[in-house]
Amino acid sequence: MLDLRHVSCRYDDRLVLKDINVRVEDGGLVGVIGPNGSGKTTLIRAVTRAIELAEGEVLLKGRPLAALGFKELARQVAVVGRLYDLDVRMRVEDLVLLGRIPHRGRFRLMERRSDLDAAHEAMELTGILDLRSRFVDSLSSGERQLAFIARALAQEPQLLLLDEPTSHLDIGHQARVLDLIRRLNKVKGLTVLVVLHDLNLASQYCERLLLLSNGALFRDGTPEDVLTYRTIEEVYHTAVVVTKSPVSSRPGVFLIPDTARVKET
Amino acid sequence: MENRLFKWLTILLVLIAILLAVSALSLSLGPAGMHVARIARLIFGGPGSATEYAILFDIRLPRILLGLAIGGALALSGVVLQALFRNPLVEPYTLGISGGAALGVSIGTVLGLTGLVGVYSLPAFGFLGAACVIAFLSTGMNRSVLNLQGLLLAGVMISFISSSAVLLIMSISRVEDLHGILFWIIGSLGETDWLPVKVSLIAALLGLAIAYLFCFDLNALSLGEEDALHLGVNVERTKRALLLLASVLTGLSVSLVGAIGFVGLVVPHFVRMLVGTDHRILLVSSFISGGIFLIFCDAVAKNVAQPLELPVGVVTGLVGGVLFIYAMMRKAKGR
Repeated sequence: MLDLRHVSCRYDDRLVLKDINVRVEDGGLVGVIGPNGSGKTTLIRAVTRAIELAEGEVLLKGRPLAALGFKELARQVAVVGRLYDLDVRMRVEDLVLLGRIPHRGRFRLMERRSDLDAAHEAMELTGILDLRSRFVDSLSSGERQLAFIARALAQEPQLLLLDEPTSHLDIGHQARVLDLIRRLNKVKGLTVLVVLHDLNLASQYCERLLLLSNGALFRDGTPEDVLTYRTIEEVYHTAVVVTKSPVSSRPGVFLIPDTARVKET
Repeated sequence: MENRLFKWLTILLVLIAILLAVSALSLSLGPAGMHVARIARLIFGGPGSATEYAILFDIRLPRILLGLAIGGALALSGVVLQALFRNPLVEPYTLGISGGAALGVSIGTVLGLTGLVGVYSLPAFGFLGAACVIAFLSTGMNRSVLNLQGLLLAGVMISFISSSAVLLIMSISRVEDLHGILFWIIGSLGETDWLPVKVSLIAALLGLAIAYLFCFDLNALSLGEEDALHLGVNVERTKRALLLLASVLTGLSVSLVGAIGFVGLVVPHFVRMLVGTDHRILLVSSFISGGIFLIFCDAVAKNVAQPLELPVGVVTGLVGGVLFIYAMMRKAKGR
């Protein structure tokens, strides 16, 4: 589905992604983890053409991104960002319908049946049908994030990119959002690339983790491969205990207070 | 969704009805009063008395159509710019285009070049000034020197610089010139020539049509540039096209009628409160409302202190400002 070949990106003179080589198969559920500033968001931006590549290329189903128009790209790839406030006053349904923009022509002012159906299905899948007439700014953080996921689903993408979709959410809403993402992956066959800060969430939900450090791919493997105390200490500069979840047998990470140290430069 | 279409059509019909009512009111008011029924007879039945016919078609009607074109163009620019910058305080004059036009007019006046191309000299100098600013800003954007925020700051600075320069010119110019510059800056719809009326009306309607090609891009941009990109909007191209559109409409408006303020700031706000944030209805509603507002203010300016005619720019500022504060306080109270 997605193929990053020798991808490097820079902000001004600073190299923020260094020679990334990653292949995401169809139907994969891949987590991206790493410390602040390690290049996780930049990786997402490289796939959405929000940042130009300094080197390398990104292929989507074998075709270079640059060869796809912006609209064509948006029909295949949808993005859910970090939770943020909306400046405009908009109803949930209208927000979700914005997801149909890539599917409509410039000269068609009103929605077609297919647009309305896609929006309806997206709201149904995310469980927010009863919120459809509410204003987005009146929703709780968790509900708002679900509304933005519904907007992304209305695009009917094949690849869903999420950038810390659970930040600022309580544990119940974290579970609701990630359960939904896993269900979309399993049932609808959606390929998912999700940036997560919480190592435990990443471990519980993702089949494969990409650990970034200083813009480079440090580890790529199953949660068991990536989340070892040595690796985490090396990348995050703090001591942790890694155990196994009694339920899923996936790794669970506990930090040890007073062990964080300043990164040597 | 059928409900929404019905709601939008209702809004449109109501606005058109108000536009017609305000126009009729403005047509009937003036030093020589004229009954609305008489106006209808003149329009549909042909000339009865030559004087009345002349007053209607050579003085009052052009003024109304000019009010619709300029009010519509300014309100449209305001909506587009506020959406692009995601800033409710941005208006057509924020980018310094009116400042450039004012400077152009001042320089033309003080150099005594106003007779150069007859009655079109002042507009020509105004447009030249505006065009210089547009060229400067778009060069900055194309070379990626200016991002949106930079553009805004540059515009504000250009406004400051040009208003200082205009003040300097005014302070050293002759009294007749001073009067001319001042009246141009305040703005007036007292244009009785049909050509500029036709030009501005065609330009404004064309602008509205072009803006409609971008209405979904504008909706997407209200979420932010990166989100718009995720929805398939070619953000850079859209920004450039819409900035150019708003700038040209603004430049044309100010060079024809002077810097009539407040229309492009207040009208979009009001209309957004009434019809919501969807640009499919917002663009055309703002256009018509801008026309209504300007025609109404012009009617007030013409008639409130007869035989004296107040500058319409003064009335738009007074009426718009008071209405705006009132609406804001009512909204705050309603929360």
